[in-house]
Amino acid sequence: MQSSIPTTPGLGKILMLVLARDLRLAVRHWDQVLQPLIFFVIVTTLFPLAISPALDELRKISPGVVWVAAMLSSLLALESLFRPDVEDGTMEQWVLSGQPLSLLLLAKTLTHWLLTGLPLVLMAPIVGTALGMPQSVWPVLVATLALGTGSLSVLGAIGAALTVSVRRGSVLLALLVLPLEMPVLIFGARAVDLAMHGEPVAGPLNLLAALLLFFVSLGPFAMAAAMRISVES
Amino acid sequence: MLAQVAATSPQPQLEARAVHLWRGEKHLLRGVSFALYSGELLQVVGPNGVGKTSLLRCVAGLLPTESGEIVWQGRQLPEGRDEFHRELAYLAHVNGLKSDLTALENLHFGVSIRRPVTTEELRETLQVLHVEACADLPVRALSAGQKRRVALARIMLTRAALWILDEPITNLDKAGIALFEARIAEHMRAGGMILTAAHQLLLQGQPGVRTLELR
Repeated sequence: MQSSIPTTPGLGKILMLVLARDLRLAVRHWDQVLQPLIFFVIVTTLFPLAISPALDELRKISPGVVWVAAMLSSLLALESLFRPDVEDGTMEQWVLSGQPLSLLLLAKTLTHWLLTGLPLVLMAPIVGTALGMPQSVWPVLVATLALGTGSLSVLGAIGAALTVSVRRGSVLLALLVLPLEMPVLIFGARAVDLAMHGEPVAGPLNLLAALLLFFVSLGPFAMAAAMRISVES
Repeated sequence: MLAQVAATSPQPQLEARAVHLWRGEKHLLRGVSFALYSGELLQVVGPNGVGKTSLLRCVAGLLPTESGEIVWQGRQLPEGRDEFHRELAYLAHVNGLKSDLTALENLHFGVSIRRPVTTEELRETLQVLHVEACADLPVRALSAGQKRRVALARIMLTRAALWILDEPITNLDKAGIALFEARIAEHMRAGGMILTAAHQLLLQGQPGVRTLELR
């Protein structure tokens, strides 16, 4: 019994398992999954009410508004990323599964992005239009958010793994993660702004893509290390 | 120590040597040592708060020890940690079950990340523990004892050599305890090892069953 090490499933199989599990859980919790999206829509709706309904004025601030709202919305969604699994003991099982924890957490983060990041990306043109963004900017808006929310998810996941054992750690998480996310915000909002003025956007878009690659390649190891520390306490 | 000479295997599979652990200001584990041989059950006993759970977590690798060694098959952890974890099934106070998934789904996801498993095998194991009727119910709807049985089914399904179980029979009724004792005895006969923290001793007086008292 001890001599034969059981055959373990491949990494791709594990990725699919985590994806399938979290999607199934999300279907049974769809109301929670929708919360960040509703938050995103409501926050962006507040600006015409607070500033001015004049499209000329809104148009100027629309890239920043959409981006800040997306960033806060992704932050809001982080609370549900690891906490349930840590609280019910699933995370301990994963730590002790003999499988690479970094991969398990990356799979979770990817599913989380599909459920909370992707809806923001798809909703953004509608929200942008409501703020006076011309249709010609849609592709750039969607591209920057697709690249940017991915980075936000990975950075947020590192912070979430670090703070998951802290009771009421959501404010701490925001303080930890928001400063690190600033480059993403700067390049993202800048690219949309440039597009609105008809200028080339390749520069900031490439930087966003580079940031995403950087975070996705190194982030999982940071997540795993942070999670091991959190589970130890 | 002499009693261990009679154990089934001459080499201990798992060994703890002078493990010390502080939790905050408290010196919790003061040089705990034990050896676990193939086919043995070691039950850690002692009053509440003495550090039974902490010792189990240390051995499993969830808590770093301040000093001392945990040795698995001759290798001192954390060397060979992933191989050790593949041979380890750990059950904590919490069951590690998702309340929104059914018992079967929970077992499927819990076991499949370690080894391929068929639905028939999952159902059979639930049947062994007499919770086959709960297979397709969300875990939320199960009683505390039924949840524990499903969690124990996961341990059995991992086919790990070493089971580390923290108060495994919490919430189990008499029939459940008897069922589980039979599984433990079977696991020991197959050469497996079990380390538990317990208030109620299992398989008392049977060969290969020992206790370790913490004070």
